[in-house]
Amino acid sequence: MTEKKRLVVIGNGMAPGRVLERLFEAAPDAYDVTIFNAEPRVNYDRIMLSPVLSGEKTYEDIIIHDDDWYAARGITLHQGKRITGIDRDAKRVTAEDGTAAHYDTLLIATGSNPFVIPVPGHDLEGVVTYRDLEDVEKMISAAKPGGRRAVVIGGGLLGLEAAAGLAMRGMRVTVIHLSETLMERQLDPAAGYLLEKAIATRGIEVITKANTEAISGDTHVTGVRLKDGREIPADMVVMAVGIRPSTGLAKEAGLDAGRGILVDDTLRTSDPDVFAVGECVEHRGTCYGLVAPLYEMAAVIADQLTGGTRTYQGSVTSTKLKVTGINLFSAGDFADGEDREDIVLRDAASGVYKRLVLKQNKVQGVVLYGDTADGAWYFQMLKDQADVADLRDTLIFGQAFAGASPLDPTAAVAALPADAEICGCNGVCKGQIEQAISEKKLSSIDEVRAHTKASASCGTCSGLVEQLLKLTLGDAYNPLAVQAMCGCTRLGHDDVRRLIKAKALKTIPAVMQELEWSTPNGCAKCRPALNYYLVADWPEEYEDDFQSRFINERAHANIQKDGTYSVVPRMWGGQTSAAELRAIADVVDKFEIPAVKVTGGQRIDMLGIRKEDLPAVWADLGKAGFVSGHAYAKGLRTVKTCVGTDWCRFGTQDSTGFGVRIEKFMWGSWTPAKVKMAVSGCPRNCAEATCKDVGVVCVDSGYEIHFAGAAGLDIKGTEVLTLVASEDDALEHIVALVQMYRETGHYLERIYKWAKRLGLDTVRAQIVDDPQGRKAYFDRFVVSQKFAQVDPWAERAKPEPTQGHVSEFRHFEPKPPSAPARTLEPAQ
Amino acid sequence: MSGDYVPVGRLDDIPPLGGRCVKTPRGPVGVFRTEDDRVFAVDNRCPHRGGPLSEGIVHGAFVTCPLHNAVISLETGELAGPDVGRVATIPVRVVDGEIQIAIPAEIPRDPVPGAPAAALPKTAARRVAPKESV
Ligand code: SRM
Ligand SMILES: Cc1cc2nc3c(=O)[nH]c(=O)nc-3n(C[C@H](O)[C@H](O)[C@H](O)COP(=O)(O)OP(=O)(O)OC[C@H]3O[C@@H](n4cnc5c(N)ncnc54)[C@H](O)[C@@H]3O)c2cc1C
Ligand code: SF4
Ligand code: FES
Repeated sequence: MTEKKRLVVIGNGMAPGRVLERLFEAAPDAYDVTIFNAEPRVNYDRIMLSPVLSGEKTYEDIIIHDDDWYAARGITLHQGKRITGIDRDAKRVTAEDGTAAHYDTLLIATGSNPFVIPVPGHDLEGVVTYRDLEDVEKMISAAKPGGRRAVVIGGGLLGLEAAAGLAMRGMRVTVIHLSETLMERQLDPAAGYLLEKAIATRGIEVITKANTEAISGDTHVTGVRLKDGREIPADMVVMAVGIRPSTGLAKEAGLDAGRGILVDDTLRTSDPDVFAVGECVEHRGTCYGLVAPLYEMAAVIADQLTGGTRTYQGSVTSTKLKVTGINLFSAGDFADGEDREDIVLRDAASGVYKRLVLKQNKVQGVVLYGDTADGAWYFQMLKDQADVADLRDTLIFGQAFAGASPLDPTAAVAALPADAEICGCNGVCKGQIEQAISEKKLSSIDEVRAHTKASASCGTCSGLVEQLLKLTLGDAYNPLAVQAMCGCTRLGHDDVRRLIKAKALKTIPAVMQELEWSTPNGCAKCRPALNYYLVADWPEEYEDDFQSRFINERAHANIQKDGTYSVVPRMWGGQTSAAELRAIADVVDKFEIPAVKVTGGQRIDMLGIRKEDLPAVWADLGKAGFVSGHAYAKGLRTVKTCVGTDWCRFGTQDSTGFGVRIEKFMWGSWTPAKVKMAVSGCPRNCAEATCKDVGVVCVDSGYEIHFAGAAGLDIKGTEVLTLVASEDDALEHIVALVQMYRETGHYLERIYKWAKRLGLDTVRAQIVDDPQGRKAYFDRFVVSQKFAQVDPWAERAKPEPTQGHVSEFRHFEPKPPSAPARTLEPAQ
Repeated sequence: MSGDYVPVGRLDDIPPLGGRCVKTPRGPVGVFRTEDDRVFAVDNRCPHRGGPLSEGIVHGAFVTCPLHNAVISLETGELAGPDVGRVATIPVRVVDGEIQIAIPAEIPRDPVPGAPAAALPKTAARRVAPKESV
């Protein structure tokens, strides 16, 4: 066996991480690898730092390669060791602490450094850049005291992500941007304007055309002074004005460098034994600052290292902003020009803006704001420089409208090369997924996720992964398998629901037996779903199985991260009284409840209650007339209202009264996922009815009923169901709609997803156009309420609650050992 | 070595496919009953972020953590599936309908009670399923 060659890598960011993945896939035994990384940690997903900053993810969530990964490949990783010298004659690198390593081949991947504008005060304490985990930790700790002020200099991708993250951490944030519109390098002014509006609605102030003159403060920053004399107070300043490729080390070693380290199409530097990859390189005059090009480079290097002949031709890049709730996509070039044509689509009501720039029927640039679903489709056309003459008329409406019949998405995925990136977050390409599917015999998205991490982070590529499953499994692909409820069955939710009715299955064991479940008693995914289906389908007969409910629904309170619970009583329509508030105050004092908070649902949350105390808390609340608010339930949550005709000078109907009526009518009902409602007294819509599962906007002529809104993981305005004249009519429509959802929804599927799956017209046809059908739904709901409308708190707070209920709230205690007894059932 | 067995409660107090928490001087222990009346006890803190396992859903001889859905084998204490990590298992027996556990003199546990996940294997800290968390 030949001696392994020595590969030394400087830097352990996303680019070399990818090189090594590819290298070890292609030739596991070719190289002995040593990595030096200035950062004291393993390789993590730098692009996911923004979700860490905002609190949506933790560092552990974004690790790409953990210690085991390096160990399994025999890689030596020096963490926290910065290389200070490269001796190309001796083929040796040395770290600042003296550690040295010899190489046959060297890979430089030093990334880039954040650029700091050298204005006075730039070195004050409290001025941070945004590049690595340390920066994020600094920002998080600066945001801790809450309500403090941050100024972000730079309104590009990084600056805006930092601003959004800090705002989510409770800071007051101002973004200072030199140009006229935000992200001007990626967006045209129209999209920049929409973005600025969306940023402003998050409470972030944006100052454009602003030139920073100095950062003020003695030892710590106190503010930022602009050239026009304005002074903006700040406790922290984030510099996010750009990056500079980190070339110092390479230059000292005598390698050719311009803005970045110069490389040829094989990604070799001026020394053929030294490669460079990532943000530190300059290739054909371009330096890149996004991961996609680095991944393309990585594939080429891995190929070159194993004797291949692939070359790198440069990359076309696209940008997405990772701020939850803002959808924005841009790629290519959209400067105006003689020979260029624009296609623009604007939908002001829904805040959608799309622009395509064409040149001789080829896509040159694309900007999508609001609806970015077709980004990848346009981007592919742009990269391929495909002729779009045939599609031109409908091109802007997206893939679904293109041509006479919708394009087959599977064909589009089939056309992708094996190294096409499917999951950007975890860097998983098509080939890897296909290989995993066939080698490990995977048949569902969940399995692909578990084995490859594809679609395990942000999830936007789930659709692509599903297409790949179809493609790879071909005839063997069973669509049911893909949509199976969980790993315990091959049946999907629809089939299970249909069979429960058809076969009159009335217990969970009966369902599992008849439908051939592959596990003895299911899992935490299917059991709650089955329990719901049975509750909804057989309200009169089915006995709720508490062991199949999540702890929240079992304990009728929300579990908190420390194992305590929160309690939210109902405040009908958001109304309360002195007596209720006093009762809450008394409970808080008596049980030493550490936190009391007004929720986003117009009521009060008491947090940090010990499980053992719950029944006593409920007993006291019950005396004051409170019932459970079901803040934990897949069921009716809140009905928010505004003050309506009772008080408001604009009110057209009694919105408060109607909201209370709906809540009193519908509380206690179980639904596939939670249901939130609101009633606004006029189109000013102060109760925010147009982003709810079901909403009512009162108008002079009656009640406009809305449904299928969302304002959580997704944001979506509602659709109008219909307009009716009387409150009674409105109630009948709403109840019937919810009952239809109860009977046909998939467990955990919110109304907006359900309506999308069924089609809005199907819903309207059954609820609006068919009065008899509507009445039948309404009646079935009423029947089920007879069994559902029992206050769970009162049940459990009774002096002698039933056996099961008592023990749920009592912890076990070790007792002194009893006399040695005969062992009946050794358990293990 | 394990210590003496002490009674902690009655089997009847745990419904089949249920769990209960026992507060011991060494920290909370989760006691679980399977559908076929086998009883298991494990350290009651999920290796991910310390979730109280006794509040999870029990299926087969597994429990799913109530906080972020890690699945833990009650037989071995190991995390199931692609995740890595484990909780200590604790000897348990049922005598005349009474559950007894042997609170060990030394349960292998985190250095500090409630220590953050950083002290644990990094891969164990990955499964977070916000969309299905409640
Ligand atoms: C308490 C509250 C935050 C607050 O302090 O204001 C809250 C707290 C939680 N929300 Fe919420 N949400 C609260 C209003 C909202 C709202 C605003 C609203 O209702 O108007 C939304 C957006 C509207 C919507 O639902 O579309 C909201 C969208 C979510 C989501 C995303 C749901 C989605 O399908 O997109 C989750 C996650 C989930 O359900 O899986 C969630 C989950 C949670 C959980 C249950 C997280 C969990 O899994 O434990 C939190 C429980 C904390 C607790 O113990 O009380 N919460 N949550 C609010 C309670 C309202 C109430 O009175 O019942
Ligand atoms: C907050 C943030 C959000 C981003 N979002 C996106 C996005 O949404 N989409 C996108 O495509 N891109 C995004 N990027 C850019 C993307 O992260 C980078 O393009 C990519 O990480 C660059 O990879 P790299 O390996 O070249 O360099 P890096 O990941 O920067 O790695 C370089 C490493 O080398 C180390 N190093 C430097 N000098 C030495 C030395 N002398 N000795 C030893 N080690 C050294 C550094 O400590 C560092 O760990 C984002 C970047 C940031 C900071
Ligand atoms: S309360 Fe809602 S928004 Fe706040 S952390 Fe919990 S789930 Fe997230
Ligand atoms: S604490 Fe158990 S899965 Fe997170």
